[in-house]
Amino acid sequence: MLFGVLYFFVPLLGTFEFSLRYLRGVYSLEAYRIVLADPRFGATVTYSTALALATIVVGVVLVVPTAYWIQLRLPGLRPVVEFITLLPLVIPAIVLVFGYLRIYNSSSLLPLTGSERTTDLLLIFSYVTLALPYMYRAVDTGLRAIDVRSLTEAAQSLGAGWPMILFRVIFPNVRVAVLSGAFLTFAIVIGEFTMASLLDRPAFGPYLQLMGANRAYEPSALAIISFGITWACMGLIQVFGRGAHGQVAGAH
Amino acid sequence: MAQVTPLAVRPTPVAASGFSHVSWAWAGVLPFFVFALMFLILPTGLLVVGGFQDAQGHFTLRNLLDLFTPTILSSYLISIKVSAASAIGGAFIGFFLAYAAIAGGLPPWVRSTLMTFSGVASNFAGVPLAFAFLATLGRTGLATALLIKIFRFNIYSAGFNLLSFAGLTLTYMYFQIPLMVLIMAPAIDGLKREWREASAILGAKGWQYWRYIALPILWPPVLGAALLLFANAFGAVATAYALTGSLLNIVTILLYAQIRGDVLHNQNLGYALALGMILITGLSNAAYIWLRGRSERWLR
Repeated sequence: MLFGVLYFFVPLLGTFEFSLRYLRGVYSLEAYRIVLADPRFGATVTYSTALALATIVVGVVLVVPTAYWIQLRLPGLRPVVEFITLLPLVIPAIVLVFGYLRIYNSSSLLPLTGSERTTDLLLIFSYVTLALPYMYRAVDTGLRAIDVRSLTEAAQSLGAGWPMILFRVIFPNVRVAVLSGAFLTFAIVIGEFTMASLLDRPAFGPYLQLMGANRAYEPSALAIISFGITWACMGLIQVFGRGAHGQVAGAH
Repeated sequence: MAQVTPLAVRPTPVAASGFSHVSWAWAGVLPFFVFALMFLILPTGLLVVGGFQDAQGHFTLRNLLDLFTPTILSSYLISIKVSAASAIGGAFIGFFLAYAAIAGGLPPWVRSTLMTFSGVASNFAGVPLAFAFLATLGRTGLATALLIKIFRFNIYSAGFNLLSFAGLTLTYMYFQIPLMVLIMAPAIDGLKREWREASAILGAKGWQYWRYIALPILWPPVLGAALLLFANAFGAVATAYALTGSLLNIVTILLYAQIRGDVLHNQNLGYALALGMILITGLSNAAYIWLRGRSERWLR
């Protein structure tokens, strides 16, 4: 137990201590000041945040109706869908993005990498893929906890149409599960390096890597900030998700 | 998987009520399947096909054979070694941490703290993790400096190097151990207290409980989780890249360089490289799923 505590806290302590060493001889927050003042920090964090939010929206719109429909009408398809949602854990992210670059290159039928906007779109879809196992697991757990059939039949007998049922009945009932999936997605996307770097987009992950290659103390400050973001996301999952448990772990 | 699905892929309850109904039901999952096809199956499939083609698009096994050239083979081997070492280490330590916190008679707050922290640490990976280890165990890192100051022991003159097999393994374990804790917690919860009590009443000693009861039940989930950790480390790019640049010749970094600038001077060899990775992670995941099926018989 003591070993575990040491192994997990010494690197955090070491990073924190290192990040304070910017000025020779005294501890200061200079490295943080420099990082926060760097316009690229703001720009890349904003970009990655926007991308993460878009990923969450697309992911939720894709996963919630599918999981709902599987539960209600096509339970026989559940193993197939579950298998597909686990594929992103089997196929490494770098292999997936390699495939995207081959299939969606600028001379293909669907040249998504042709312009910056469509590359952003491709990056959002790649992140949805990365987050798929976690998002699906979270939503599926949430749906199993409620009586989907009765809720649907009740809504139908009151005259509700499908969009009404999905957005006004099912969605509010799995809100907690969706939120925990969303925060996990956020934690995965915000510092993701491989896909953003290979698709050449100015996200936070590649910026971190660039700083790491060129600076001494700023990377430690950035690592502490990233750890803070991850901690915040997991904390929010705990706050919202008491009772509902999914697997909580992301892509590396 | 808890729900009983006796008829695997049959278009389900509504099938009897007519064709129009069936297509309606399928339309509901169409967006998902289109998405999966476009962003999972086709891109991967195309790489697999590319691995079997030469530059003109003819079928060939040349690329696969070329994977066995020294550089590529050694990159696979280093990747496998790092992944296996970090998976085995992570599985051992993670299992004992989880067992100590859940079944070891510690106060309940230890468990909830460990689980929350594991959620954070297993996601604290990639570039920032590399920075953290550089700041701690790098040449001027805190732990390195403290060890010299207090014990007059310089780990670097003793042969340690963070930018090496040992360093990378140690770094990977930072997300492997918490992941193991998260995966194993439900299985350890499933070990019923009554089993231990029953064996004690029948006169079994501690080691006999482990040898004849706990281990036979726990080995499939433990081994399965270790395989999952292996695949997890095998596909990791960002941590290694930020830590070592291209100093360490692991297969993900070789593939990264290949995608960036065709360092192998053969596009199709690149596809074969990816194919080899899919094979390795695919096999370890298949074994994991099989073992999970075995363990679910007992742990419910």
